[in-house]
Amino acid sequence: MEKTGSSLLDVTYLDTLSYQDTPVHRLDPRVKVLTTLLFIVCVVSFNKYELSALLPFVIYPVVLVALGNLPLGYLVKKVLLAAPFALLIGIFNPLLDRAVLIHLGSVEISGGWVSFASIMLRFVLTVSAALILVASTSFNAVCVALEKLGAPSAFTVQLLFLYRYIFVLADEAWRMVRARSLRSFGGRGMELKVSSLMIGQLLLRTLDRAQRIHRAMRCRGFDGEIRTVRRLRLGYRDLLFLVGCSALFLFMRLHDVPRWLGDTTMALMR
Amino acid sequence: MAGRYDDGVDAVSQPVVEVRDLQYAYPDGHPALRGLSFSIADGETVAIVGANGAGKSTILLHLNGCLMPQAGTVRIRDLPVSKRTLPDVRRTVGMVFQDPDDQLFMPTVYEDVAFGPLNLGLPAEEVDRRVMHALSIVGAVHLKDRPPYRLSGGEKRAVAIASVLSMSPTILVMDEPTSNLDPQARRRLIELLKTFEQTIIVATHDLDMAFDLCARTIVVKEGGILADGPSREILQDAALLAAGQLERPLGLQGCPVCSPPG
Repeated sequence: MEKTGSSLLDVTYLDTLSYQDTPVHRLDPRVKVLTTLLFIVCVVSFNKYELSALLPFVIYPVVLVALGNLPLGYLVKKVLLAAPFALLIGIFNPLLDRAVLIHLGSVEISGGWVSFASIMLRFVLTVSAALILVASTSFNAVCVALEKLGAPSAFTVQLLFLYRYIFVLADEAWRMVRARSLRSFGGRGMELKVSSLMIGQLLLRTLDRAQRIHRAMRCRGFDGEIRTVRRLRLGYRDLLFLVGCSALFLFMRLHDVPRWLGDTTMALMR
Repeated sequence: MAGRYDDGVDAVSQPVVEVRDLQYAYPDGHPALRGLSFSIADGETVAIVGANGAGKSTILLHLNGCLMPQAGTVRIRDLPVSKRTLPDVRRTVGMVFQDPDDQLFMPTVYEDVAFGPLNLGLPAEEVDRRVMHALSIVGAVHLKDRPPYRLSGGEKRAVAIASVLSMSPTILVMDEPTSNLDPQARRRLIELLKTFEQTIIVATHDLDMAFDLCARTIVVKEGGILADGPSREILQDAALLAAGQLERPLGLQGCPVCSPPG
């Protein structure tokens, strides 16, 4: 396990986090999945120049991190790890969209920069919400929740297996990487060509393993359907959380809260 | 342990496993089994030993229909192994594979042990009873909510055995059960297996375990049977073992300190 711990994904630690016992962890996984989905839909459905209305949504991850006893530093690191993807999507906006949108005194900000900031903000919100979901629910429970909510079982079973064997795969990959680095000297042996051969090797090993797993499953009566005995129970706390969060998200989606706050203060000051 | 073997031979009871002229060639045409025959009586403990590539694992895979005989027959109790009898055969023969990571594919230990019984279509209470019983036999009840990838090697092996026991097989087939275990985990496993009533068939390189656990040993060489008899005789026979590219169990060799070889 120490080996997978050092891997890029570091799923082991994320998994450990989900074994805590906090008010957030105790919520029914279905409720958390639905809330997270609604949160993401609300956040991504704003128009591309929106910034101020997005800000209040920060409250959701912040509150969950606090109540769920999740390590902020770790989550920030994981979000940064995925940041290059969002950066790549947004980086050309300031170059292409130069029409001035906002005047802050003498500073003029173009629409491109505003939409770029909007993309980055949405990215941080959605990715952190998804990470918090997994860290407070465990990946397996998320899969069960998805299935109970009506997702096709072929899909959820694939996800479960992916998660089960990502540890085994990571271990195997690290062993290969180590074996290579031990016999590579002065950059020789570390070429791209060798890497591609190793990925091919890994694929073959994976196919082999898949065949062995399938065999083991058949030996225990597998006929294409995975049966489980899990039952989930919805409590009033769960419903309260779901209804409360949904109402809050919809309110924040329909009303630009910071602007409204600003307008009221201005009106009061007059 | 020795008593078991004698009982098996003396008893007129019908063999629970009967292999006749079994032949098998790999898809590339390389022959793996060249017509071997043996039969095993109820309650026997049998070790199948041999060099790497001798055909041990291939024999095991035939015992519950993971591989179908290309020639010859395999009978489990009164059923010939075929596509039609497969569900019954697999309920009777529980197979524990060498790598527990292949065997434990469900998200938690409990679900993994419940996988077989659920596929047998048992009601939920019976599944629960069987799972807890199987876990208690191997001493793994406290692991039931853990994901398999968080277990140690010994725990994984124990759970893999429980996942098969929960189907109540009468024959247990194991491929290298002691591989990758530390000495104490290995010892615990052997002691556990000694308490089982089932017919046990193990393929192994661990000849000390074979001597300790199994009353009978079958030596396989190049897809055929080199010897078949009581472990006490076979595992003492240095010449025979050498012919099978094996050597005497360490427990049967002289102490290297008290009486150095040569």
